[in-house]
Amino acid sequence: MIDPRPFPAGGIRWQSAQIVRIVPQTPRIKSFFFSLPSPFVHRAGQHVDLRLTAPDGYSAVRSYSIASAPEDSDQIELAIDRLDDGEVSPFFHDVVEVGDEIELRGPLGGHFVWSVEDGGPLLLLGGGSGLVPLMAMIRHRRKEGADVPTLLLLSARTWDDILYRDELLEIERESEGFKLVITLTREPPRRSGDYGRRIDSTMMADVLRMLPWPPKHVFICGSNTFVNAAADRAVEAGIPAPLVRTERYGA
Amino acid sequence: MATRGFTGKNQGVERDRVPPGQHVVFDFPVLSAGPTPRISPERWSFTLKIGPRPVKTWSWAEFNALPQTKMTRDIHCVTAWSKLNTAWEGVSVDDLLADAGVEAPTPFVLAHSYDGYSTNVPLADLAGGKAMIATRYEGRPLEPDHGGPARLLVPHLYFWKSAKWVNGLQFTERDEPGFWELRGYHIYGDPWREQRYTDD
Repeated sequence: MIDPRPFPAGGIRWQSAQIVRIVPQTPRIKSFFFSLPSPFVHRAGQHVDLRLTAPDGYSAVRSYSIASAPEDSDQIELAIDRLDDGEVSPFFHDVVEVGDEIELRGPLGGHFVWSVEDGGPLLLLGGGSGLVPLMAMIRHRRKEGADVPTLLLLSARTWDDILYRDELLEIERESEGFKLVITLTREPPRRSGDYGRRIDSTMMADVLRMLPWPPKHVFICGSNTFVNAAADRAVEAGIPAPLVRTERYGA
Repeated sequence: MATRGFTGKNQGVERDRVPPGQHVVFDFPVLSAGPTPRISPERWSFTLKIGPRPVKTWSWAEFNALPQTKMTRDIHCVTAWSKLNTAWEGVSVDDLLADAGVEAPTPFVLAHSYDGYSTNVPLADLAGGKAMIATRYEGRPLEPDHGGPARLLVPHLYFWKSAKWVNGLQFTERDEPGFWELRGYHIYGDPWREQRYTDD
């Protein structure tokens, strides 16, 4: 029998992952938990590729950041934002059920990654579902019991659009050295110290003052508009551009 | 293996123009590893090197005085979007080498960028009219988000090979992996063979 191996030996293989749990997180975002026949340990910030195949052989590939911590490698969590005119995210939201098999491969990407050994302070800037790879870093930091000074500035439309809101609030209460600042773009702030506008230079200066010393690593993820604004403000605030790693959610 | 319930979208037209796993987009997504550098034309220069040795440097004015080439091509990003019929203008690598009076000393080239990015492309994929240093897109100066003032354009390879904010080409003794090639991406990057990641 011929093994129809899609990729040469040594490459990162496709595997058929099973959806074991689906959790609605916000009105637009659902988490999908995958169980893998060949589990792997990723680095926080890495992504997987998913491949969907139509009956006529057409296939669509998309990259999704891993939300779960490397320590939880028995199940991979992806949080998928529903883009109404998209090809893949509406399929996940409307069609996929627990028990379905989806082709997946990973872990992928070697730039937008952080582990506790890399140290800090760590400045994380996330817009909307751009939180996902940053969440893997925050969860990893917590699982390792690390006290690396970490600040997450998270931009969301409304309080109810904040992905992992309750978990983040809990981590802020319980984890030494972790500070959460939320900015809402379509609602007034709910907590003292939070903001109700898009990221600007005043906000950037404020959050940088909350770190004990200037950041060693800066990770920014979100839409292109968000990432451009956040990266420009960070560089203007004096952070050297080579310290700033970005990931933009494209098409 | 068909995925239960998946039929796909936007796949009716010109499927033979789109490599496996890719989907056509109509906007122009922006992806990059860090902040967008802002380089004014007055500060911009482009250097050709053989190993560590600079052979020739062009100012913005000198560069734009070189013969201009137009190219309309389909482009394919490793994040799985493709964009059809993109129209570019700039200086072909052939014209650049001719102006420098350089006979290619090795078959390997590393492109360098203002933000420290680099990517390796064999000379065979740059010469013979296959690639250019693009300064204009769809009739307008190239915007910073898309690599302006100038980006490499190697449209037949995955688009990370078309380095943004490019400021030099360097001939190297060996095929030296660049930024993404050192971080898990394929050394060559042919979209028709789906060479997305190392060893694909």
